[in-house]
Amino acid sequence: MKSDVLIIGAGGAGLVAALNAHKSGAKVKILTKEYPTRSQTCMAQGGINAALGNAGDDSVESHITNTLKSAHGIANEEAIRLLCSEAPSAVEWLDSIGVCFSRTEDSKIAQRTLGGASASRACYAQDYTGLKILHTLYDRCMAEGIEILSEKYLLDILVEDEKACGVSVLDIRSGEIEVYESKSVVIATGGYSRIYDKHTTNSSATTGDGIVSALRAGARVSDMEFVQFHPTALKNSSILISESARGAGGHLLNSKGERFVNELLPRDEVARAIHNEMQKGEDIFLDIRHLGEEFIDKELPQERKLAKLYENIDPVSQLIPIKPVAHYTMGGIEVDENSSTVVKGLYAVGECANHRVHGANRLGGNSLLELIVFGKQAGENSAKYALSVTENSHAEHGNQMLESTNNNPDIDFYKIREELGDIFYKRVGISREKQSLESTLEKVQEYISLIPKMGANDDSKIYNTNFIEFLEFKNMLELSRYILISAITRDESRGAHYRADFPNEDEKFKMHTIICRDGVIYEN
Amino acid sequence: MKIKIQRESIVEYEIDAEDSTLLAVLNKIKTTQDSTLTFSSGCRSSVCGSCSMRVNGREVLACSYKVQDGDFIEPLKNMPVIRDLVVDMDKAYSFNTKASAWLNPLSPTPSITEQNSQTNEIQSDCILCGSCYSACPVYAVNSQFIGPFSLTRVWKYVSDARESDSKEKIDTIQTNGVWDCTLCNECTMVCPQSISSKSDIEKLRSKSAMAGYSDPSFASFGGGFGFLTEAHGADGSPSF
Repeated sequence: MKSDVLIIGAGGAGLVAALNAHKSGAKVKILTKEYPTRSQTCMAQGGINAALGNAGDDSVESHITNTLKSAHGIANEEAIRLLCSEAPSAVEWLDSIGVCFSRTEDSKIAQRTLGGASASRACYAQDYTGLKILHTLYDRCMAEGIEILSEKYLLDILVEDEKACGVSVLDIRSGEIEVYESKSVVIATGGYSRIYDKHTTNSSATTGDGIVSALRAGARVSDMEFVQFHPTALKNSSILISESARGAGGHLLNSKGERFVNELLPRDEVARAIHNEMQKGEDIFLDIRHLGEEFIDKELPQERKLAKLYENIDPVSQLIPIKPVAHYTMGGIEVDENSSTVVKGLYAVGECANHRVHGANRLGGNSLLELIVFGKQAGENSAKYALSVTENSHAEHGNQMLESTNNNPDIDFYKIREELGDIFYKRVGISREKQSLESTLEKVQEYISLIPKMGANDDSKIYNTNFIEFLEFKNMLELSRYILISAITRDESRGAHYRADFPNEDEKFKMHTIICRDGVIYEN
Repeated sequence: MKIKIQRESIVEYEIDAEDSTLLAVLNKIKTTQDSTLTFSSGCRSSVCGSCSMRVNGREVLACSYKVQDGDFIEPLKNMPVIRDLVVDMDKAYSFNTKASAWLNPLSPTPSITEQNSQTNEIQSDCILCGSCYSACPVYAVNSQFIGPFSLTRVWKYVSDARESDSKEKIDTIQTNGVWDCTLCNECTMVCPQSISSKSDIEKLRSKSAMAGYSDPSFASFGGGFGFLTEAHGADGSPSF
């Protein structure tokens, strides 16, 4: 069962890493808790940024400038420079493997404007950009004969002699624990927005599993307090309505029908403006009626479908009721310029990782880009490392994750999970303040102390989603603690982290909040 | 309202729900009434393909179907049930590989026009939910039939202006492929993304004919179609 490179997660980042590790000559295996093509990547709608200049003047320098500005001082300029300068070839590669990008009349890849961008920079495939990229990457993996094993839930990353040497997983179908050995491990398991429960655009699988496992294995995580709220989710279901609707000229209106913000500012600013209006008692709407039916059906077909299905309104003739909800988590596993963590042989990429390119606030169109550029980096470096390792460290059967599992729970974790989401949305959301953050931390500590009284009621070994959801919930509780500890100590406002009691940026906090097994530290 | 769910046996649940998606109702049952009820879900916005199942005999995505009183919920057909509403889709997925559903490596990317890009726009909306395999009467009796979503995927790449060599794909879909379809259109009827695999299969048949293949069922008639048998051989492959 031994591979050179083991990749955990089959979203965009995992698949790109796999393709590149394979190309570098490594024996690659991918494990996913879902099926490939069902990951969060398929939900990305708006586009992927690259300064191609197909729709007006643009330059890599402008892309860098916009990204740096939106990051509010806590990004790594070198990493951003790499991200933006590699973008045109990343898109060219996607085009060469068959991604069905929308085209202009003169046969170029079509581009549109997203928030915080000085040009029409996002390449897109209608409003199904993530779906079409993800499926094409999957097809490419099949073409290369890369093995993908579905429905394996990550328990622990195994470390021997301070080197990563495999993982233990729970096979969801059989309920058996399995160990997969490898010379290097790439974590590509996605973000943690699901902590916000029903107040997020994300899939129910976005529970941050890999981040918690990586920390347990000795890696460091950083900037966990930075959670991006997307300005326009459907009011009742929290389902995403793409930023491209505003990029194309959509307006945000309050109950009086007035516009109250420049809709194309970065997401943190637009979300805050909406939040302020809502605090005044206003309902907020997205208006795309003036774009016309033909344009909507051609460029935004999914948005129309979702609004009809989940909000019972047709955006061609009606206003779309919206609210901001959790959408993307900037924090994650600390990696260096090789996508490597501090644990030898352990790499991370995608939303679960922190390559320090988004800083305090990510720009729309930069996350799909991140998957491609850093997926390549992680894939190549994990392969290079694996092929250089000669000695065989043997992975010990580990199952820390399953310790103290209660089969006869007194407390219903589903209720606590929902409560946690509601509290987080209210107190650890768009606007935060010390006192309520501290009381939330107390609450979370209390939940954590109650874990021994929680567990799965279902005792089946076969496909026990009740148990899997409990494991995911435990991971989310752990992550909640990190978010709160980081948010409490950051007595300032920066990007997505807005503190009503410290509304300004403070130079002395121009640094990263790092959490490791020994506690919290700050670093430039 | 009451709904029935096919588990090991049929179980009835009473729930309070109005204008709710089936997925929301299943989640409610799981988190408040019966934590053993088992189903798959993900994006809850019709784009990940995880929650396909059948309601009153029809394939739906649970996240986009609004529950009605008296609904009867079952897992997809034609795939092994793992537990309750969860099926094993590995085999259906494997047909994508079997049919080489990918772009062949190419020389420099040719210029793709706006019109080119619209040719396979709808085929690339596929979410691999498997509804079409559940509804397909051919797959029900021939487990080697390459099947609707994989054939749509083949057409997506065959029709792509960037594809440099579509012959390999056309070759792989001759046996247990395009000619086995009865064109009944069930796959189209159940597709949540409004894709018609049936019409993609028809297009692949034309493409196959252009490559020299013909419908092997005609060949096997013998007698009146003897000229075809002579020209093409019994397996439908071109003999020239």
